[in-house]
This record gives sequence, structure tokens and C-alpha cells, in this order.
Amino acid sequence: MATEILMPALSPTMEEGTLAKWLKKEGDAVKSGDIIAEIETDKATMEFEAVDEGIMGKLLVAEGTQGVAVNTPIAILVEEGEDADAAPAPKAEAKPAEAKAPEAAGEQPGKSAVEEVATPQPKPRSPDWPEGTKMKTMTVREALREAMAEEMDRDETVFIMGEEVGEYEGAYKITQGLLARFGHRRVVDTPISEIGFAGIGTGAALAGLRPIVEFMTFNFAMQAIDHIINSAAKTLYMSGGQMGCPIVFRGPNGAAARVGAQHSQDFAAWYAAIPGLKVAMPYSAADAKGLMKTAIRDNNPVIFLENEILYGRSFEVPDLPDFTIPFGKANTVRSGDDVTIVSFGIGVAHALEAAKLLEQDGIQADVIDLRTLRPLDYDAILSSVKRTNRCVTVEEGFPVGAIGNHISAYLMENAFDYLDAPVICCTGKDVPMPYAANLEKHALITPAEIADAVKKVTYK
Amino acid sequence: MARKPSPQQEAPSNVSKDELLQYYRDMLLIRRFEEKAGQLYGMGLIGGFCHLYIGQEAVVVGLEACAKEGDKRITSYRDHGHMLACGMEARGVMAELTGRQDGYSKGKGGSMHMFSREKHFYGGHGIVAAQVPLGAGLAFADKYLGNDNVTFTYFGDGAANQGQVYETYNMAELWDLPVVFVIENNQYAMGMSVKRSTKSTTFFGRGEAFGIPGEQVDGMDVLAVKAAGEKAVAHCRAGKGPYILEVMTYRYRGHSMSDPAKYRTREEVQKMRDERDPIESVRDLLLTGKHATDEDLKAIDKEIKEIVNDSAEFAKDSPEPDLSELWTDIYADDLPQGSAEEHA
Repeated sequence: MATEILMPALSPTMEEGTLAKWLKKEGDAVKSGDIIAEIETDKATMEFEAVDEGIMGKLLVAEGTQGVAVNTPIAILVEEGEDADAAPAPKAEAKPAEAKAPEAAGEQPGKSAVEEVATPQPKPRSPDWPEGTKMKTMTVREALREAMAEEMDRDETVFIMGEEVGEYEGAYKITQGLLARFGHRRVVDTPISEIGFAGIGTGAALAGLRPIVEFMTFNFAMQAIDHIINSAAKTLYMSGGQMGCPIVFRGPNGAAARVGAQHSQDFAAWYAAIPGLKVAMPYSAADAKGLMKTAIRDNNPVIFLENEILYGRSFEVPDLPDFTIPFGKANTVRSGDDVTIVSFGIGVAHALEAAKLLEQDGIQADVIDLRTLRPLDYDAILSSVKRTNRCVTVEEGFPVGAIGNHISAYLMENAFDYLDAPVICCTGKDVPMPYAANLEKHALITPAEIADAVKKVTYK
Repeated sequence: MARKPSPQQEAPSNVSKDELLQYYRDMLLIRRFEEKAGQLYGMGLIGGFCHLYIGQEAVVVGLEACAKEGDKRITSYRDHGHMLACGMEARGVMAELTGRQDGYSKGKGGSMHMFSREKHFYGGHGIVAAQVPLGAGLAFADKYLGNDNVTFTYFGDGAANQGQVYETYNMAELWDLPVVFVIENNQYAMGMSVKRSTKSTTFFGRGEAFGIPGEQVDGMDVLAVKAAGEKAVAHCRAGKGPYILEVMTYRYRGHSMSDPAKYRTREEVQKMRDERDPIESVRDLLLTGKHATDEDLKAIDKEIKEIVNDSAEFAKDSPEPDLSELWTDIYADDLPQGSAEEHA
């Protein structure tokens, strides 16, 4: 009987890929374990092995096809003597991906796969860049890479170190091509020794270099948090201003998809609590680029929290030779008068989706992307809330000691008379991240929950 | 009590009279300074933790004799001796101990957290062993910048059981970092003797697993420390990577001011003082070698006493930091950050 071969998910967050090369032709015998194709994900080119045995009956997707969704039939395997064309015809259309980003997974039933993965775009704005600036489309991944490369070109003391940043081209491909361009002196592969290389990076920064320390994910930075806080953040103060520590600690933070409790945690509130650190957590590619360049130039330790699910998302980025975004300036990514939704990082995607849902009910949300958590743009929140009189905060992290708690306390102290409803903090649930797909979905904050919270504070 | 004769009766021919006098003077300054700090602590002028270096003076004085301008040093919280040995002012150190405006950290660091950019002294670290990767990082910077500076990274036998030391050994050797790891083995990690903490009691030998050469040194003999230090520094400066010196030493006082030191006998401490005191040994060398007279040494003692008393007076008189200091030095001034307006 003919068997469909489906486009495989080759990483936890893969939604689609490129069928780079077929290694079996129609009519070739296929044994279990044979490599039948090379598939390019946004992170790497992977070999795809056959599971079943048979004859390659028909190749359904041509070599070089991009954007092949996970679970799309790509070939038909037949038995000896069987005719591929006689086999039941596979559905021509791509099936919706199953390994999609959690926030996109089935929130709006009935929408097509393509629409579901569409990235909510913040409205193009100035004054981050001048009116009429030429724009280019980039993924967050490319934006981060470009920012680092530009700063390495600009300043000889900037170097990057971390696990798999060089020869492997980055576990998430953020540093792809940097080794070839800058060499081993400035792109330093480390062994798996988080506390060791975080300490070495910090020491190098105390001596005047500008290290970018990549953590493969921020979950592993817990091994190194002593150096981030006790060594990097506090030394300037303890030395009476003598020993600055210009260092960037960066890497993906927060939940990816289906990787369980130890690999899915948002540390924004932890680092934002520490005087001496600066904390950036961008949503869009433009912010990722502009904030990364600012982080590298900053004379203080900066925690740069990225997001694996956002790495492959595309945004418009200004095509400027030296584009930076200052810390401490929030961005109003959507304007409205009925409620203020404050978020950062991937929370902004959820907030924008919620705003779209609310629009159908006639509720117009002001959506503020904080972009940096330390410094925090209190003025932007305050001026919006004074206008809307209602506020909902959105983040992926745990509910106790959340950034939203801090904002709601700040608003109570500084805008009590302006509030027409209590501030609601939408967060991830108070549980370690579960593995099961349905449980994981419920552990994360969703646009529907945000919309419900907004309806509560607007009494609708 | 009569002193037993020092094992080394005569100064080696390659050590000059001036050098011997310098070591005597430097070690005595640390000893008298620490005694004074202990006294001020008892008077309530110094607060919190205060870890005295008395007994270990030969370690840092011997190694500083191998340093050149540009070399860096970093150590643990038992750091007063290191600061004095690298040329930091007694006044500034003592004023930091009393938490005053004229201290090296404007009173904001205290005993365990002092720094001097000028003297390349990178602290003063309160987290046991954290200074080890930091020290390797300082060496990383020098190698990156292509100079021949060396970093002296000091830590104790207690720190030597922390995991980050071995992550650092691995990377330091992997990248040939010019760092001398100086294990000041004073035989007690707070109250835990080396024998109660490990069966692998020769700490320098642990470097072998990573390919780092090392040796054990008599840390009560400043000349032995200096000789070993020169070998280590030459290795690093030649680009051959790190070197480990396990310096066998002894602290006469408790771990900190509040430590009654019940984990060792009074006799053990007294025996060390009587038989192995690093300052008395150099004093003997100076006198038996007729490099100095009793009068000469008395004059040095007096000079040192004056420096130390002056530092104490200075530290008492210096004002407490202004309350505005609470809010300074949290962030370094930023470089100009390009803004959209600038690009317009």
C-alpha cells in the first residue's frame, strides 16, 4: 500500500522549511534509515531519513521549494509493482502545521494556516526613524545578527562568546557567518561551562573589552546567575564607580514549544529586579536590531532577552547605516482610547491579537510595547492610563512577582484617581511548564484571556 | 619564647639587601595594618566582615615582587594585604574599612569589596571562587589586546573545591590565558581543614587533568614564593598559558573577626608563629647577613607604625559618605547613543 511521506518537524518550533534536495529519485528503492532528502529549517540543514521501506513512487514537492509547511505530503512511497498514480491521491493543499508557535495554535478556529502564523505588525512609527525612511524586511534572527556584526565592525573590543556560536554557526543560527567574517579571536566557542564563561566574560569586561555572552537559552544562565548579578551588576557600585562592566548577556528566553519545564521560563521579572542591570526584551525585528546595538554600546551589563518563536518572524526594519533605539522608551504599537494593554517581548504579539479580537466588540486598545524593562518607561504607561483609565498587563512569566505586579502597584500609587477599574495582570499560569500540547497551551497566556481581562476592566 | 633558627640562615646570593629590606618592610606594613584593623574592629569603627591576612604576608609580597606595570591582580575577601602590596594607599584602604568617603570605594564596598583601576587591582570578591573566572577574564582581555601582561588570581583552599575553578582551568588552558592561579592554602576553609574537605589534598595537582603545570611552594618563605612566582610569570608571559602555584601558608587569626577558631589548637598556631613566621625569617636573614642592624630595623618598624597610625587617624576623621552617594555609581554614564533625530 502506498505511504505518504510528510514534511517533518525538525525542531521544537519549526513551522515550515525548504526542501533543499532530494537524494532519492522516483523509482529508487528506499530502505528504512536511508537519507531521502535534505531539509533546511530556519536553523540548519538537516538530513531526512526514511522510516518505511519501498520504492520512491512520486516526489510531490520539487527541490528548492520554500515554505513547505510541516506535515505537508512531500512524496509517495509505494510497494514493489505498485503504481504511484494509482495510489490514493494526497490532498494537494498543505495541512496546517501541528508544531506551530503556541500563541498561533488554534486561537481562532476557522482561519487558514497562513493567516494563523501571520506576525502581528506594530504600526510603523517615528521618532524611532525619520518619516520616509526606506524599509527592508528582516527576521528577528537576521536583525540580531546584523546588529552584532555592525557593532563588531565598529568597535574592535566587541567580541562574542558562548556555546556553539562559532563553528556550529549558533544553536539558533543567530551568529551564522560571524566566525567566517570575524575569525576565532572575536567569535569564541566555549565548552559547556556557563558559570565559567559568564565569569570570564565579566572579567574581560572589567578589563575594558565589550563581550557579548550568548547563553544557548536563558534557562542555562541560572548556572551563571551569580556572575551576572554579584559580579557584573554590582561591581561598579562596590568600587565607588571605578569598575564598569560593559557586557551583553543574550539568548532566547521564555517558552519555546513542547520543551517542558526546565527549558520554558521567562526570566524578565528576575533580572528586572536588579539595580545595576539593564534589561531589554524586544518584540519586533526593528527593535531587536536597534536595541541590540544600543546594548552593545552601553557601558553597563545588559540582559538581552530574545525569544525562539520570534526568531523566524519577519518585520519591517529601517534601512539606515547606524540605527539604534534608546533604552527606556516604550513604543505605542497600536492606538486606542478604551484600555491600555502593556506588554513586552512575545507578549506584544498576544496583546496585538487580543486588540484585534476586541476591535470586533468595539473596544479600542492602546497597546504599549515596553521594549526595555530596566529602565522602564513609566511615563508612557502613565500618560496612556490617564487617558484610558484602564490597564491590563501581559507577560509570559509567572504571576507572583511579575512585571505586571510592579506596574499595577506603580499605577495604584501614581494614578489611583484615574483608574476606573483594578489593573489586571495577565501572566503565564502558576505552574512549571507541562509537556503535553494541550496543557502547555493552557499554561501560557493567550489572546483570548487578554481579551477577557480587557472586557472585565471595561465592564463589557 | 626562644625562636628556633630559621631554616635559611643566609640570603641567597641573587637577592640584594635592598630587596630583602623591601620585603621586610612590605610584610611588616601588612602585619601592622591588620593588627590595627583588628583593633578598630574591636572599637566598633569597622563593621561587618573583616578577614585578616596576618601570617600569610609572604605570599602576596613574594608574588608582587614578580609583577611588572600592567599586570593585574584579583583576590577573595581576605584582600587588605593584596591591596597594600600592590601599592594602594593605607589611608584609602583603612578609610574604606571604616566606611568613609575617602575609602577606595567611597565607603560603599567595605573590607571585601575594594578596587583600584590605577593599580590594576580588580577586587576584593565576597563570593568564594567567583574571582577565579573573573581573573581568567582579565587575562583573556590582555591576550585579546595582544600585550604581555599577566593576571595573578588568588584564591584559597576552600575556593579550590568550587566547580567554577575547574571550568576556568579548562578554558584558561584551552585558550592559553596568561593567568597565574595562586592557591593560598592556609589549611582551613573557615573551620574546615583541608583533610576534612577532600581526599585530593594537593591542590596544584588538580591542574594536571587540564594540562596546567604547577607546583607547591613554601608560603612562609618570601624568597621561595618569589622564585616560584618568577617561574610562573615567565611561563605566562611566554604565551604558554596558565600556571598554578599552591602556596602553603597559615593564618594566625580566625577566619573572620567573629571566629573563635575552635577547630585548631592554640599550640598549632603558636608553633607556626614561633617557627615559621615569614617576617621573623627575613628579619633573621637581614641581621645574620649583616644587611641591617637592629637600629635599622627599629627605624623601619617606627616608620611603618607611623603609616598605620596615620591611616587609622585618617580613617576615623574622614566623613561618612554623603547620603547622595546612595544613588551614585549604580550605572556608568552611557556613551552617546545615536537616535533617530541624529540620522534624520
